[in-house]
Amino acid sequence: MALIVDFAVQGAQMLIVLLTAPLLTGLVRKMKARMLRRVGPPVLQPYLDLARLMRKEVVLAESASWLFRVIPYFIFAATWVAASLVPTFRTGLLFSWSADLIAIIALLGSARFALALAGLDVGTSFGGIGSSREVMIASLAEPAMIMIIFTLALVVGSTQLSTMAGFMESPAVGLRVSLGLALVALVMVAIAENARIPVDNPATHLELTMVHEAMVLEYSGRHLALIELSAALKLLLYLSLIACLFVPWGLAGPGAGFGALAVGTLSYLGKLLIGAFLLALFETSIAKMRVFRVPEFLGAALMLGLLGTLLLFVSRSL
Amino acid sequence: MAALTPTAIVLACAALLLVLAIVAVMVGRTSAGTAIVYGTSLLLTLIALAAGLVQLLGTDAPADTIVLPLGLPWVGARFRMDALSAFFVVVVDLGAAAASLFAIGYGAHERAPLRVLPFYPAFLAGMNLVVLADDAFSFLVAWEFMSLSSWALVMAHHHVPENVRAGYVYLVMASFGTLALLLTFGLLAGPAGGYAFADIRAMHPSPALAALVLCLAMLGAGSKAGLVPLHVWLPLAHPAAPSHVSALMSGVMTKVAVYGFARIVLDLAGEPAWWWSVLVLSIAAITCVMGVLYALMQHDLKRLLAYHTVENIGIIFIALGLALAFKAYGMAWAAALALTAGLLHVLNHSLFKSLLFFGAGSVLTATGERDMEHLGGLIHRMPQTAFAFLIGCAAISALPPLNGFVSEWLIFQAILLSPQLPSWGLKFLVPAVGALLALSATLAAACFVKAFGVTFLGRARSTAASAAVETDRLSLTAMLSLAALCLIAGILPGLFIDALATAVQGLAGGRMPVQTGVEWLSIVPIAQSRSSYNGLLVFLFMMISGALAASAIHRLASDRLRRAPAWDCGYPDASPATQYSASSFAQPIRRVFGSMVFRAREQVEMPPPGDLRPARLAVVLHDPVWEMLYLPVATGVSRAAERLNHLQFLTIRQFLSIVFAALVVLLLVLALWP
Repeated sequence: MALIVDFAVQGAQMLIVLLTAPLLTGLVRKMKARMLRRVGPPVLQPYLDLARLMRKEVVLAESASWLFRVIPYFIFAATWVAASLVPTFRTGLLFSWSADLIAIIALLGSARFALALAGLDVGTSFGGIGSSREVMIASLAEPAMIMIIFTLALVVGSTQLSTMAGFMESPAVGLRVSLGLALVALVMVAIAENARIPVDNPATHLELTMVHEAMVLEYSGRHLALIELSAALKLLLYLSLIACLFVPWGLAGPGAGFGALAVGTLSYLGKLLIGAFLLALFETSIAKMRVFRVPEFLGAALMLGLLGTLLLFVSRSL
Repeated sequence: MAALTPTAIVLACAALLLVLAIVAVMVGRTSAGTAIVYGTSLLLTLIALAAGLVQLLGTDAPADTIVLPLGLPWVGARFRMDALSAFFVVVVDLGAAAASLFAIGYGAHERAPLRVLPFYPAFLAGMNLVVLADDAFSFLVAWEFMSLSSWALVMAHHHVPENVRAGYVYLVMASFGTLALLLTFGLLAGPAGGYAFADIRAMHPSPALAALVLCLAMLGAGSKAGLVPLHVWLPLAHPAAPSHVSALMSGVMTKVAVYGFARIVLDLAGEPAWWWSVLVLSIAAITCVMGVLYALMQHDLKRLLAYHTVENIGIIFIALGLALAFKAYGMAWAAALALTAGLLHVLNHSLFKSLLFFGAGSVLTATGERDMEHLGGLIHRMPQTAFAFLIGCAAISALPPLNGFVSEWLIFQAILLSPQLPSWGLKFLVPAVGALLALSATLAAACFVKAFGVTFLGRARSTAASAAVETDRLSLTAMLSLAALCLIAGILPGLFIDALATAVQGLAGGRMPVQTGVEWLSIVPIAQSRSSYNGLLVFLFMMISGALAASAIHRLASDRLRRAPAWDCGYPDASPATQYSASSFAQPIRRVFGSMVFRAREQVEMPPPGDLRPARLAVVLHDPVWEMLYLPVATGVSRAAERLNHLQFLTIRQFLSIVFAALVVLLLVLALWP
């Protein structure tokens, strides 16, 4: 019986992340538009976009290889699996032990590796620009993320997300300098990883400023739909990660009853709403930076993460 | 040698490989010579591989010592295969078997087979004998034999001037390394001359002596493995050899050097002091990052791969350094974790690096090009090679669910244990090492996006690339079976970790928990609540969700597809030269890291208006290690040689007086010696 419930919860988690991801993207867009005094597209527009793209035919470049057609499915699979392993409304998911936080981040790394290859596949100059900038950004963002994981893992004594969330919810955690540093660094990494302003602009098609959009320029139809959905999933994943690590309140524990699960779901949705608002607010209040300022931005995140880890090596209570 | 023990079988295989080397001289010219030599090598290495596996997995089989009446009269030539040797026999012979299989097809293109065929089996025999040797003399002889036979293979294509330079640098560095190892064993054996490893183990050197041994072992084994700054020969020599030999040198011979280091420092030199790990860790971390940064700046495919070997050797030495640190403080279980991670990475790297060199060799045969700037679009012409190469690229970039990720994940887990170390130096060093390891892992991913993307994707940049044909069946079999092993080691790492347990037990004094009993075949280094990883499930989940998405979309939405010209924001350019090249791909990273490390400068040469010359952009890179370390030494040597040159032109009287003076000085020294 318990196994069936666990299965159901894991399945529900997979569906919830898949279904709420476009909603989150729509919410952020709508909020940004409102802050700029525009009406903005409806909140449900991403769903309509996805449906439209899925129904359209794929226009494939003549020089594209089989890899180009496989990669969208691979990216989607890797991102979806990663997103379903981050606790959203309940910890102790059935398969949460199959990948710890390092493995989840590495899964996203696999997706990025594939996307960068897709950018090079058609053999256009824009694809190359996107790929080469993406790997440059990743080369700083990913070590920063690993350092953040180190900081958290040294506080908690585990890299398992369920254990981490449980520990963060308990009073044992207290106020720590290192956690503050990790939070700031994590937000910076999340912004860079999700191609948000000021690192990249998800709405731009201005040639010299694109990173993520340049890589997916040649995609169309269902392939593009999958890539957009994966991008939405990734944004949701990072928000869920920040929520479950730094504001874990309301998360249902393993073996929780129906009431606790309902509380968990509602509080999760509330956290997403707040996260979307903060993201929109941040994005509207800052300008995009030049590509070669990004290393400084991410270098700061890396240093913050390293500082957090060093503090914990010096004293476990910092 | 009455009983047919695994040790005897491997030794016999090595002896037969030596015989094969002589046979190769005779059959080398015949048309079937290539097939005979590589086929027999394949057979012999497979037998040795099986014997190594039996020894490694059969836990109760005691390691027997075989003493041959060769070598030093009071020692004899001793050979013994304990668990550590057995593991490295497996690594060596697995790589050798794959290379032999690959070479049956690839070697047919060799223009001067007699320059390759005799040395190839000799090289394999040398590597096997190094890991089997149980006394210092046999070890050194086998080591030198391995160096010289591989040097001959590097010089196989001696008409190319840069290969001659590679051979020269390799020879100098190899002699330097052997000299350091010679002194190492001299110190270890002590004045009594107990050169058998069993005698050395019983000797327990003093701390000062052991420290000297560590430094010399770092120089000796490190120069062969390619630790920065001793790596300079490696990116010259590895690409110069024929590709199956490059694969062996990069994937396997560097591992023999790791074996040498592990054997000397973790086994023979006694209990480590805590600062040993500081030395090893800092050099390893620098090696890691420098290796991958060098690799990113290359556009020669084989040289790029060779520089990546430097990076991976850094990763392995980070694991060994952590093991030393834990061992020094008596944390055997943590040392076991770090050492397992290191040895697993030894195996993993030998798999994917051999695979990648085979792929580069196939590309070289198909196009005659090593320069990535002249390649491109090969995925259309060589789909199977491209697939195997892609698996290798993903594995070396430490991407789940492949094998490279598992070993790096284990190293990260070991790093997370290090706050329990009491030493302050290590407390500050280890997090920095962790950051550098993470940095090099992501830079490796960037580098292999470049290597695969520029070589295999896009449009062909030369006529050679657009006319390439798929490589032969046997070479493909070798590549695809290595790719399959990369996947298997990635999704079932528990089996491999358990197989390493006896080898780790012998060196670290502890072992990791048994993994085969863990439910769902996960790996759990310490405890389930702390960290666990299940490559199999991750792989299956990804397969299922990808297939699910594909079938759902194709059924419910649309499966139509139309080919059209590329979009490229409306301005597609028909010339393949407008694609991103290898150096333009690396430009952002060159700008971020290269300006600091390589003093990279971009010089734009813009002709004045009216001048019809094209504008040029040149990139200037400085190799810091070569310019700051090797050039001063080289100029110093040549200057001293120039001074001493005058001694050639003295009269007979002057010569005699010099001899007399030397005699007097020597006698004085002897008289004054306390």
